[in-house]
Amino acid sequence: MASTPSDAREPGRASLLYDPKIRGYFYQIALLAIVGFLIWSAASNAIENLRAQKIASGFGFWHNPAGFDVNQKLIPFSASSGSTYGQAFLVGLLNTLLVAALGIVFATVLGFLVGVGRLSHNWVVAKLATIYVEVIRNLPLLLQLFFWYNAVLKPLPDARNSIHLPGSIYLNNRGIILPSPQFGPAFEVVVIAFLIAVAAAIAFFIWARGQQAKTGRQYHNGWISLALVLGVPLVVFFLVGQPLSFDYPQQGRFNLTGGMQIFPEFVALLVGLSTYTAAFIAEVVRAGILAVSKGQTEAANALGLRSGPTLKLVVIPQAMRVIIPPLTSQYLNLTKNSSLAVAIGYPDLVQVFTGTVLNQTGQAVEVVAITMAVYLTISLVTSFFMNIYNKRMALVER
Amino acid sequence: MTDATLENAPYSFVRKDTLPQEAPPLSVAGPLAWIRTNLFSSPLSSILTLIGIYLVIDTVPDMIRFYLIDAVWTGSNRDACLADKVGRPVGACWAYVADRVQYFIYGSYSVSERWRVNIVFAMFALGVVWLLWNRAPLKKVGVFFFFVILPASAFILLLGGDRAEGFLRFLILATFALAVVYLVLSFKPSLIKFWIGEGQLGVEEAMPPWQRFYRPKRLILIAMVVFGLLAVLDEKVGLPRVDTGLWGGVMVTLLISAVGIVFSLPLGVLLALGRRSRLPAIQLLSVIFIEFVRGVPLITVLFMANTMLPLFVPQEWSPDRLLRPLIGVAVFAAAYMAEVVRGGLQAIPKGQYEGAMSLGLGYWQMMRLIILPQALRIVIPGIVNTFIGLFKDTTLVAIVGIFDFLRTIEATLVDPTWATPTTRGTGYAFAAIFYFLCCWGMSRYSVAVEKRLAAGQKR
Repeated sequence: MASTPSDAREPGRASLLYDPKIRGYFYQIALLAIVGFLIWSAASNAIENLRAQKIASGFGFWHNPAGFDVNQKLIPFSASSGSTYGQAFLVGLLNTLLVAALGIVFATVLGFLVGVGRLSHNWVVAKLATIYVEVIRNLPLLLQLFFWYNAVLKPLPDARNSIHLPGSIYLNNRGIILPSPQFGPAFEVVVIAFLIAVAAAIAFFIWARGQQAKTGRQYHNGWISLALVLGVPLVVFFLVGQPLSFDYPQQGRFNLTGGMQIFPEFVALLVGLSTYTAAFIAEVVRAGILAVSKGQTEAANALGLRSGPTLKLVVIPQAMRVIIPPLTSQYLNLTKNSSLAVAIGYPDLVQVFTGTVLNQTGQAVEVVAITMAVYLTISLVTSFFMNIYNKRMALVER
Repeated sequence: MTDATLENAPYSFVRKDTLPQEAPPLSVAGPLAWIRTNLFSSPLSSILTLIGIYLVIDTVPDMIRFYLIDAVWTGSNRDACLADKVGRPVGACWAYVADRVQYFIYGSYSVSERWRVNIVFAMFALGVVWLLWNRAPLKKVGVFFFFVILPASAFILLLGGDRAEGFLRFLILATFALAVVYLVLSFKPSLIKFWIGEGQLGVEEAMPPWQRFYRPKRLILIAMVVFGLLAVLDEKVGLPRVDTGLWGGVMVTLLISAVGIVFSLPLGVLLALGRRSRLPAIQLLSVIFIEFVRGVPLITVLFMANTMLPLFVPQEWSPDRLLRPLIGVAVFAAAYMAEVVRGGLQAIPKGQYEGAMSLGLGYWQMMRLIILPQALRIVIPGIVNTFIGLFKDTTLVAIVGIFDFLRTIEATLVDPTWATPTTRGTGYAFAAIFYFLCCWGMSRYSVAVEKRLAAGQKR
């Protein structure tokens, strides 16, 4: 009776080698040791190599004067006024953010149009949207950027033979020349009026929602907000005496003078990034709309909702839950892809900092680390907010 | 009774009489009806249709005229493609592509040695067909061929010279050693226990010795044949070294994608397993690696590989100019692959893990025999999508000075021999056709796999 099988084999008799816990510790320590050794040897090699090549290390270069100019800059920057590498970094960063922000806006608009177009009942529209998505998605972005820059914008006529578009817009191989707005001193009042109008619109929106929840009465939220946001600044603008004028570009004998120049590198990058990302966004949107089951639309119709409210109140809110997470990752992709600017010479963060500054200082470790940290920060901050959003939007189930 | 309740009901309007019948639709079938419902169902739809048709009429005939009708197909220099010289409107200059196609495929690889590249192309094609064609026999041998034999022979064939010869000698020795080891093992089952572990032992022990030997033998045999042939080639013809600085074109594009694929898949699987591991240090390191790489653009990874990698190793080990972006691309693709594989691992029901453990399988046996075969199967479409992205991203190596396919085209565009107004459009069109066919083909394949995998779910 005492000789059951469990007695024959006492617990703990197995070798320590087979204890999963001990093995776990062993593997982890081994991995940490290997990674630690790799980092240590990389660091010591780097120190030795840098010393051999007589390259300085540390971030001292940040305040050294940069001996180069950048054509497109949002803050004052020039070699002659002794701008530093730190300012060069800021110029690049701002240019990256500018093209990314505008690209996101255009790509979203175009992407939603194409995505809805692919689901359209109109055969021509659906087919054209499909061709657009398939062609754009299956070609490398770099090829598309080369196409826009080298094959579309560069062959435009030179400044003397600029193409004249209505509204004093000129098109030539140096980019687009637009009338540049000149703001009068009273323009600040208009801006303040606009901000107040936006605040009022938001307040009205919240109030109207409360009213609807209480009484069921609906207001024309969209129209009233639009009237507030557009109307108030416009009225103020005329009241304070139109403090805005335009500096029109003048066609001279050899060149254009005045106006505001938009560089072809910027245009090519913006168009390339927007059209490329739009194709991916279109697929995201299509998948999101298809994810809302047909029963939802049918139920809404059975309740007597017309197609407009069905879309607005039933389909879109549910589709958005599916669309938003992949949409955000497309936005991040666009931001990261903007680094391809270096291939066509748009002065973004990578071109200015990882290109020119790295070549001048030779401090590869510091420069590449800073650049990576910037993109990493953008990605991590976005994912952080996305996770919060996802938690709020997630389907609450029992 | 019902009428009374309806009248008292708090509805502002209730229809009492029946609406008159609507006229039957004019047509519900046939081409006219199709046109009405699909092209002109509403005013907005009609306008969109007309705009769409206008767009097509505006662009398509022009493109056909440019790329086909007015195109120049033969010629030896720019004179063939200049409108003044030819005396007619000139479209695409395909003569330029025909003249330069060798450069687009091989880059500056020594002309007399290009047959070596062709052999690698053929082996690559064989491996791809073997793995992708569903009914191809001996899939496991195919995997071994694609992931072990092909990279090794490509290295020997493409590079050549002393280094390749030394590597080949090492490979042949290693193969022989393995053969001997297996030969001994197959006659001593107790030794297999040591190598393979308890799990499979029952099966292996029941087999007669020659069958036990049979399975690894196939792999060793194929390795022996291929490496033997290479050794004969090296002996008879000789494989002089071709410096990587001369490599270029489609060859480099395929090389980078293939290296990316061959290394990113196993690395990605390991990273995905690490991320799902219960050991905190392993999990943390995997998460840091994956999120770091996915958070930065590929260009910065390439810059890092190009400028920092040589700093991190002793000077005499400084990696080759071509090797640096290869490492960068493989590392980058591995992080994305890890996330795809993780999706597959998460989709496997817990019962499969528990079932495997209750059979007494260890961690690696469980993963190798039960979990990964199922997990990888369901993420094949995701893996193919990552490959498509990887293939398109190989163009970025041009930025760090590698002559991939796109860069070779750019390089010929500044050459005065073919400087005509239409050369650029032709070159880009050629590149577009190449990339489109490759990527589109891959995505069609992934759709087909998806359909095949979904067949089991259909009822």
